[in-house]
Amino acid sequence: MQVPNATAVAGDRQRRSLGQIIFKPCLALVLGLPALWLANAIRMELGNPGAALGADPGEAVVLFLGEWGLRFLLLGLFISPLRRRAGWNTLARSRRMVGLFAFAYLTLHFLAYVGFLAEFDGSLIVGDLTERPYIIVGALALLLLIALAATSTSGWQRRLRRNWQRLHRLVYLSVALGLLHLLWLTKDGFAEFAVYLLIFLALMVERLLARRAPTRQVAV
Amino acid sequence: MRNRRTAEPSSSEITPESVFLNRRRLLAAGLGAAGLSVAASVAASVAASAAASAAASAISSSSPMVVSARGLSPGEELTPEDIVTSYNNFYEFGMDKDDPARYAHELTTDPWSVEVAGECAKPGEYAFEDIVSGFTPEERIYRFRCVEAWSMVVPWQGVPLRRILERFEPSGNARFVEFTTLYRPSEMRGQRSLFSSIDWPYVEGLRMDEAYHPLSLMAVGVYGKPLPNQNGAPLRLVVPWKYGFKSIKSIVKIRFTRRQPKTTWQLQGPQEYGFYANVNPDVSHPRWSQASERRLPSSLFEPNRIPTLPFNGYGAEVAQLYQGMDLRRDF
Repeated sequence: MQVPNATAVAGDRQRRSLGQIIFKPCLALVLGLPALWLANAIRMELGNPGAALGADPGEAVVLFLGEWGLRFLLLGLFISPLRRRAGWNTLARSRRMVGLFAFAYLTLHFLAYVGFLAEFDGSLIVGDLTERPYIIVGALALLLLIALAATSTSGWQRRLRRNWQRLHRLVYLSVALGLLHLLWLTKDGFAEFAVYLLIFLALMVERLLARRAPTRQVAV
Repeated sequence: MRNRRTAEPSSSEITPESVFLNRRRLLAAGLGAAGLSVAASVAASVAASAAASAAASAISSSSPMVVSARGLSPGEELTPEDIVTSYNNFYEFGMDKDDPARYAHELTTDPWSVEVAGECAKPGEYAFEDIVSGFTPEERIYRFRCVEAWSMVVPWQGVPLRRILERFEPSGNARFVEFTTLYRPSEMRGQRSLFSSIDWPYVEGLRMDEAYHPLSLMAVGVYGKPLPNQNGAPLRLVVPWKYGFKSIKSIVKIRFTRRQPKTTWQLQGPQEYGFYANVNPDVSHPRWSQASERRLPSSLFEPNRIPTLPFNGYGAEVAQLYQGMDLRRDF
């Protein structure tokens, strides 16, 4: 495997194409689209209740944020395989951003539950967090993401060295808990869950294969 | 998405009286002369005023309809018709709340027949018209509490369930009555879904004394019109003190039994859904609290969350049905 030295990296940076330069802002825009859609829907709701989010808008907002958070987490897990298999490095530079977007959606998911569904009722929230398994696993998944988001900076990456990578493998556990959360809250109709689960399993299998591969390239 | 809650309906939403009277079901073929005049008066008042106030005026007007707003508190308002007919759980048409309103039109409800079987003197195949003929529809404004912790207030039109069941002369052996929803995958796309774990057809049941309780209604209409398909056309149960899934829709079979029927949701999750399924704020669903509910329409910053009442507020009428029972065990 070729190890680029500092000059090569600098040279690489100078040689980045226009496409590579605008890739990240474009991706940020795409990742932000659901939030923009939701902000507009909430704006419409304020003027005319029921106009955009239906008869039970609180529930609609919570589900919307949770679903996009999970999708973007899975998108984040696609990045390493794409670099490994397709050599697509442009996307790899945006891995942290994708993860932080997912984190933001899932934090808002939790806050929307606290505000719109639980109406800041402390005893109800404590009851949910201690008695409802699907909420407990969802909260655990979010706690893990908080730790990962907090240590996502280059500074922490340097400080933790190899441990950083170990720590950030917790994202797999977080996604698994998130999937369990989805499974346990579904009454019937498991199509969505099945799709997400299959994608997650495929990504995990790819990593196992990559770990066993003779290149000894570390799976992340 | 269209506007759901504007005060003024567009002119196309107001049903001309002639069109309304031509609709079958509740009307000419169905419930006889008395029913016809009731429907006509409802139609006239609906046409005369905006939809939101129309329902209220129809109910408070001196129509010959038997009006009953049992158990409602003064502040409780009707859930608007467009929400009642567009926010539905009817998994036969899909899992999302708007799936039934989107796909239920694929269902043919005319002709419709109901098979009556089991412990009764008059089993057989009955046309819908024969089942409801001769009855005057009553208006019943009931709270409707879904097991998912949302609720509505709905003006139903229907016939006391007891009147209907007595036609079939159940025998002394009949301790329960079982109801079955239509199974027709060609017109009910949810029944074709690969990802549903429900064993169709949908089955529900009541103890005979529950079925004979005066609050139990066989509904044929809502908001003064024949039931829309998504609300369970052409006839459905309404049992207001129980969670909504007991109020089975689009019934094609009534069977009187000695044994307690095996009902769909009980089979799906016995720890989560009981046979009785009485609304009970003290018995949580394992996955969420039942202590409160969101009364629809809910809005973002006023979610309209209200405490859930035992037996959905109908305890004074129905609690005696369950004397001596442990409702935490028989939830």
